[in-house]
Formats: sequence, C-alpha cells, structure tokens
Amino acid sequence: MEPFLLRAIAAALALAVVAAPLGSLVIWNRMAYFGETIAQASLIGIALGLFLGIDITAPVIFATLVMAALLIGLSRQKIVPLDAILGLMHHGALALGVILTLSLTSGAADLMGFLFGDILAVTVTDLYWIYGGGALVLAILAWLWQPLLRLAVHEELASAEGVNRDVVKAVFIVLLSLTIAIAIKIVGALLVIAFLIVPAVAARPLASTPERMAVLAAVVGVASVVLGLWGSLTVDIPAGPAIVLVMAAIAGVSVGSAALARRT
Amino acid sequence: MNERPGESAEASCASAHGAHSHSHSHSHGHHHTHDGTCCGGHGAPKRPPGADILISARALAVARSGRTILSDVDLDIAAGEIVTLIGPNGAGKTTLVRALLGLERLDDGEVQRRRGLTIGYVPQRFDIDRALPMTVSRFLALGEGARQARIAEVLEEVGAARVANQQLSELSGGELQRVLLARALLNDPDLLVLDEPVRGVDYVGEAELYTLIGRLRDTRGLGVLLISHDLHIVMGKSDRVVCLNRHVCCSGVPETVAQHPEYVRLFGRDEARAFAVYQHRHDHRHDLAGEPAPVRPASDPTDGGNGGPSGGAA
Repeated sequence: MEPFLLRAIAAALALAVVAAPLGSLVIWNRMAYFGETIAQASLIGIALGLFLGIDITAPVIFATLVMAALLIGLSRQKIVPLDAILGLMHHGALALGVILTLSLTSGAADLMGFLFGDILAVTVTDLYWIYGGGALVLAILAWLWQPLLRLAVHEELASAEGVNRDVVKAVFIVLLSLTIAIAIKIVGALLVIAFLIVPAVAARPLASTPERMAVLAAVVGVASVVLGLWGSLTVDIPAGPAIVLVMAAIAGVSVGSAALARRT
Repeated sequence: MNERPGESAEASCASAHGAHSHSHSHSHGHHHTHDGTCCGGHGAPKRPPGADILISARALAVARSGRTILSDVDLDIAAGEIVTLIGPNGAGKTTLVRALLGLERLDDGEVQRRRGLTIGYVPQRFDIDRALPMTVSRFLALGEGARQARIAEVLEEVGAARVANQQLSELSGGELQRVLLARALLNDPDLLVLDEPVRGVDYVGEAELYTLIGRLRDTRGLGVLLISHDLHIVMGKSDRVVCLNRHVCCSGVPETVAQHPEYVRLFGRDEARAFAVYQHRHDHRHDLAGEPAPVRPASDPTDGGNGGPSGGAA
C-alpha cells in the first residue's frame, strides 16, 4: 500500500476513535450546533496561521476558544434565542474565514482543502499531532468521564452533589477545540463536527449505556473510515466527504430502523 | 389599589416585596393573639433545647435582576423531622432549596450546616435526554458511594428493585421518583431534600411515596425537607409546614398553618376547610407594600426582639 494511503488510514482511524466519546458528549449536552459554530471559527484561525506563516494548530485552537467564549457570553443575553445566535455566528465566522483565508494569502490558499480537508495529504508531522493530541484528549476524557456524565444527566443534581460545573464544562470545551484543531487538516472545517456527532448518532439506538454508545460510535467511525477511503479510491471521489457520507448512511439506517421499530 | 377592608392584609402577601415602602402602613385586617406557631417570617418556632439541627438559614435574602425572590427567611431543619415548604408558584420555594444546597448566591443572610452534613437531593425537574442511554443501575452508579451491592440494596429499600435494568427515559413518574430517591440515599444523607417529589405521580402513588419518605425518616433518622403543592397528603405526613411567599408567611404544625389566613388566601378556602377544626389565629398582617408587620411587636414575646423584618411599621 502507498505510504500516503497508510498515513491517511492511520490518521482517520485515530480521529474516529478520539471523536467517538467526545461526539457522544456533544450530543448528550445538545451541543451539536455549538460545536459546528466553533468549528467554523477554525477557518479564521487557519487564515491567521497562514498570514503569520506558522503552523495552524495554535491559531485554530485560539480561534475556536474565542468563539466558544463569545457564544457562552451571548447565550446569557435574553434578546435573541440561542439558536438564532448560533446561526448568526456560524455563518458570520464562515464568511469571515473565507474572506480572510483568501485575502490574507492573496488567493493562494487551498480553500477547498481547508473547508473539506485533504486526508490523502496527511504528513508524518500531522500524524504526531493526531496521535499525541488524541491521546491527551482521550486521557483527560477518561479522567473526567464520571463528572462529565453526571453533568450531562442533570446539571443541578451534579452540582448539588459537588461536581464543579464550570471547571468541568470549560475543560470539555477546550478538549472539543483541541480535537477540532487536530482534525481540521484531515476533514476540514465544514465536516469536522460530522466526524464527531454522526457516528454517535448512529450508535445511539444500539446502546443501552453511555459507555456502550461511545464504543459503538468508535466502531461506526472506524468502519466508515475504511469504507469511505476504499470508496474514494475506487470511484475517485474526495475522501473526507466519502467518509462522512458513509457515516451518515449508517446513522440514517440505524435511527430510521429504530424509529420504525418503536412505532410497531 | 384594591382596598376592600378586611382583605387587604391577606391579599398583600402575594404582592411584590421588592418595593421597600413601609410608609403606607395600614391597619386593616385581623388582629390576632399570638399562638406561638405562626410567626410570620421572623423567628423559628421553639424547639426543645438540644434538638439536632442539621441546617439553618438566617435572614436569607436572594434578589435577581432587581427583583426580590426571597427576603428575611429563617428556617431550621432538625434530624428526624419532616418539614414541608408550601407556597404558590413563584413563591421562591425552589430558590430557597437551592440556597440551602449552596447552589444560589445569597444577597443577605447565611446558611449554616451541621459539620459534616450530607445532603441527598431530589431535583424538581428531571427530564433525561433520550439521546443519553442510561439504565437505572448505571445512573445510580454515577452517584457517591455506589457499589453494585449497595445499589441493589437501596433500590430494594425504595421499592424499585425491578426497574434496575430499565432505561431511565422509559420509567413512569412514580418509578423515576423512587429511583431519584435511591440516588439521593446512596451517600447515606443526614438530610433529604425533595423538590416536588410527586410530579407526574398518580394519586395512589403519591400517598405511597409519602409513606415511603415517612418510613425512611423513621428507619434512618433523616431530616426531610419537602417542597410541595400537594397540601392534603403532605400536611398529614409533615411535622412542620412552612408557608412561603418570598418570605415565610407562616409556619407551624400542619393544622395551625392550614387555618392561617395567609394560607387560606394562598390556597383557597376549600383546601383550608379540610383542616377547619382548629381556631383561627394569626400574628401578623401585611402593610400595603406587602411587608409583614407585627401587630404588637413590643408585646410579642416570641419575636426574640427582632421586631419583624426591615422595621415593618406598626
């Protein structure tokens, strides 16, 4: 097998595993659109990184965290509902990101690559980032798993029982932002949240406990990576969208059949 | 302002306490002798010396966005006693509970807990998201002190052993409340706090649940703080009832509170009539701003010299 293909598989598999528990938590906390919105901000970070001529990881983390802070601040206002705020910030960030990426680099940037990722261009350095960062994210998630679950079940109850709500949630958002920064080169700003939540959605009807859902999400993610990459090479379609399409198809079948089963 | 003589004092309990105007003090309403149990917002009832007080609130005040939610609330809960907090919607019941739990920032006053106090809490709303798969056992394992054997034991104690492997989102209202009660009991609390424990529970289930709570109090010697709308059953099972409407309108043994004019006004005569066997007594009235004003503060021996909240004019 070609080395670039091995790197692509290694990167995508690692990402699928890291994304599974994180994506499950995103769904349980109803943060899918929140995640989507901070992911769009990563494009602004990419533009900054390109402009400054540095690796994009740090500026992407910075941009996503700034967006997260903005959203948390805006969620406290009572004038406009939160989904409208998310819609506004999501599209605003995308528009600004596209403009900055193109204008700061005088049109030389590979915009499509940043929006949809370029999994076949993964380098060895990228792999270090993915495996190092991914291991860190998984380790912290494992360490905070109980309090994160308790907050997802019931924030008030968890706080009353002594879980430090603000700290745990802040750590979670940092982990989300870190994962987005790691994943962005591979799957792009537009598809990164799909990597997180679609496998978790697919796993939901098949799981009876949160841990099983996270594990099943990882299985769905890994299977989608393998099938998607294979499909992408066989019929010459872009790899990132191919993987996401496989994930979406599995999720559609899983949720659809569970909904039908419930009706009868 | 509507001023039908004889009603203004009662009606004022529901009015805003945010406006601290005492100048319109006004002597419509009942003049009653003090009976020692209905003490309208100032001073907790007398308790035998040496009672094991678990938690005390003193002069508690909470305001949010310029609105007074609670003012000058005193409350004590002792081990082995069931205290029920009643009051209309928006009376601040949940806020008071949250303040006691340390979840609410206080604007004034203080909450003192007995050293090492453990609290078991059953929150008012528990709508588990269907996106989160969670069996009853797994949910209980999230709590403190949760070994599997212990979980089975506590589920047995609350009569919910057979739902151990069901999904939380598929439980009936009564089953869910028992499971939440089990969760609260897992860390062997000294004080059990239940916010509307009979939400979504049918009438028979309600009575059973309160019997269970009473039994837990007896076997474990717990202090229990209940919030409820549900007057009849609650009052029958309570040692003490506190009627809250942003301040403590009245408190005492259930029969006395049921006859208190504040209670009658807040909950209607039909509710109160169920207890209409005791003589009607009342120690305070309200001025037009809704501030409780002692009728005869100088001669009131149980007021402990604090003469009513914020200098209610007399």
